[in-house]
Amino acid sequence: MLRPYDSMQTLDTLEAGDRAEILEIGGEADTVERLMEMGVVAGTQIQVLKFAPLGDPLEIEIRGYHLSLRRTEAAEISVRKI
Amino acid sequence: MSVASPSNPVVADAHIVAPRTIALAGNPNAGKTTLFNALTGMRQKVGNYPGVTVEKKEGRCRLGESEITILDLPGTYSLSPKSPDEEIARDVLLGLRADTAIPDAVVVVVDASNLERNLYLATQVLELGLPTIIALNMTDVAASNNKRVDAAQLSKELGAPVVEIIAVRGEGLEQLRDALAREIPRPQPPTIELPPQVEKARAHLAARLAEINVADANGIALRLLCGNAKYAGIQAYFGDAVARALTEAQAMSGVAAERLGASEAGARYAMLGAIVQRAVARPDEKSARTFSDRADAILTHKVWGLAIFALITLLVFQAIFSWASYPMDWIDLGVKAVGAFFARVLPDGPLADLLIHGVVAGVGAVLVFLPQIIVLFFFIGLLEDTGYMARAAFLMDRLMARVGLHGRAFIPLLSSFACAIPGIMATRTISNRRDRMTTILIAPLMTCSARLPVYTLMIATFIPNIYLGGILSLPATVMFSLYVMGVLAAMGAALVFKKTLFKGPPPPLMLELPPYKIPSPRNLFTTMWERASMFLKRAGTVILAISIVLWFLLSYPKIPINNAPDISPAAGMHRDPKGAKAGAEPIIEQPADEKEQSDADKIREDRLAAAQLDYSFGGRIGHVIEPLISPLGFNWKIGIGLIGAMSAREVFVATMGTVYSVGEADETSLSLKDALRNDKWPDGRPVWNTLVAVSLLVYFVFAMQCISTLAVVRRETGGWKWPIFMQVYMTALAWIASFAIYQIGSHFGWGLK
Repeated sequence: MLRPYDSMQTLDTLEAGDRAEILEIGGEADTVERLMEMGVVAGTQIQVLKFAPLGDPLEIEIRGYHLSLRRTEAAEISVRKI
Repeated sequence: MSVASPSNPVVADAHIVAPRTIALAGNPNAGKTTLFNALTGMRQKVGNYPGVTVEKKEGRCRLGESEITILDLPGTYSLSPKSPDEEIARDVLLGLRADTAIPDAVVVVVDASNLERNLYLATQVLELGLPTIIALNMTDVAASNNKRVDAAQLSKELGAPVVEIIAVRGEGLEQLRDALAREIPRPQPPTIELPPQVEKARAHLAARLAEINVADANGIALRLLCGNAKYAGIQAYFGDAVARALTEAQAMSGVAAERLGASEAGARYAMLGAIVQRAVARPDEKSARTFSDRADAILTHKVWGLAIFALITLLVFQAIFSWASYPMDWIDLGVKAVGAFFARVLPDGPLADLLIHGVVAGVGAVLVFLPQIIVLFFFIGLLEDTGYMARAAFLMDRLMARVGLHGRAFIPLLSSFACAIPGIMATRTISNRRDRMTTILIAPLMTCSARLPVYTLMIATFIPNIYLGGILSLPATVMFSLYVMGVLAAMGAALVFKKTLFKGPPPPLMLELPPYKIPSPRNLFTTMWERASMFLKRAGTVILAISIVLWFLLSYPKIPINNAPDISPAAGMHRDPKGAKAGAEPIIEQPADEKEQSDADKIREDRLAAAQLDYSFGGRIGHVIEPLISPLGFNWKIGIGLIGAMSAREVFVATMGTVYSVGEADETSLSLKDALRNDKWPDGRPVWNTLVAVSLLVYFVFAMQCISTLAVVRRETGGWKWPIFMQVYMTALAWIASFAIYQIGSHFGWGLK
């Protein structure tokens, strides 16, 4: 359904300030479902705002609100930098 | 503030039917609790849903002449539940719970500044077909973020009345009350475009539901198909035919059953995106840097963020540790005064004894926790309502995640350094059950302030005041090590529990960082009041009852008068343990003058108290458990102390004072220190030495010796199972640690002087 993009990477590899479009969400079914209910849906644009002082978790802006995810969760989310 | 209604803006006043029960639904952080407090004031009732540890909050709200019940549902992001709280919200709205009637109407609180995601839940609720009002909250925040929500347009899109409110300031509440007093129309929600096969599956299930006269078959079919509904529950409620149809529908959908929720989420956001485009002015324009963004730049800054966090936690710690100690002292004095009053007006006897030392002291034992609970919940309310609590979790998650805990566990664990009771009550902010249970179970391992008098007595008496390497004071080092030991044990226990009892994939963090807000004083006050009254009602009664039982055990049976022990001042300190009951002939000496007379009286009184304690059930238990605790280096007197410590750890010191006949003692009493040093085993070896003191200290670090904590854990977990488990695991941990220290120490001859 989604073809691999050349510029495809996972959310945890972005840097603070980067904008990206969500391509695909992997991982355990319940987690994927909750992420999607929170608005983390393929095609959505997000911006990485910052990483916590200790390096984890990270904060993104999505659909006009701020959401914090751990790196392990972010690593399951494929994005394309824009 | 305006009320927008989809088709007929002014509902005909012909028949005004006020519903009796209204459920309040909404996302976490949408302002649901604030609205609930504003509508119901102090007229709230907090209980539990039977069988689960989820809080059930109900309140009464006046609507003109009549009164309605408002049921505050747990905050949830969707009606596809992933935790027991969210399951409750879904089940109540579907009418699946036997203990809670289906509400007559629903108010969904929607955060206007975060409209799209909040509408996710709102549209799910609308599809269930109950008369529903959308309370569009925080319109001021949305406006300041350059997002103007067109309420009339939104109402048209959603097919339900929309009332604009600002719950924190109480604005729009009159309009909301008016809307509630009228007949609320059934919603005409927008149509969600599911993938074709899923739609076919839903239609299949809906047809079967319609056959059994389910009114909103389409919406309910979607909820059952995509909403993590448990098969058994569906079978019980809707019958075999529907349950079978659900299985068939799942097969028809062409999507794995556990992925149906994701498929709904994709379709729903496609629908919501379009609605928000139409209902919000300039939704896509990047808003300027908000106040929250600027505050966050400092408050979650790599250096300043951590520094400010440290300051805030220090402040909270200081407040519960030292500021709360003043009102605690007043309560203590008050309780003593009441006791003294009863002692004056009541004739000596068992009744006076019960009242003074049982009831009054027991009430005191309950009340003394109130200042800490109130102070802590003031700060927790403040941190939650301003939005800082989520940042605290954001900052601390990395550390807490190492032992498998949520960032939100930090504040409850920190509070437990003052007292585990408010700490355990504060775990409510952790939504995942496994995380919350783990946090509750390890909280009492944090060194609470009640352990301090015991630590001080033992360290001052038995730890030599020398300097290690000329710099580090040994007593201070020991004290510090005890704190560290508690923390390490808690972290270790957390790791073990997360790998055994509460196994499972680590719950995702998925933490919303809401914009900073000015808290409402009314909300803060209500939170404090609610927690305090709940503690008094639910835990206080148990604490009082057990305090009275403990008092009874340590006071009865009374020594028969004709069997009185040798209590003369001349008798040696080191009575044979059985001596008290053997009943030697009392020798009363004639003192030379009045001072000696009063000294002799005092000594006689102290000895009598010691003998009485020894003779009591508690004393007998102390003797009985001696074989169990002697491998730890403890004799029966320490055993009695440990029993007394169950009412509160610091009581150990006072109990030791009585056991050692030194009268009223605290951790600084010289006479108690001397008495401890002079105590001997029957074979003449001293009972106490540094090793025994260390063994006892370690025992106090790990042991569960607080009935009040157990009562609160029972309250928070809804049964005796977890408090019993807590008692067993902590006692085992304490026993093993003390055993190891005493046995290894004795073997190598450490600290035997």
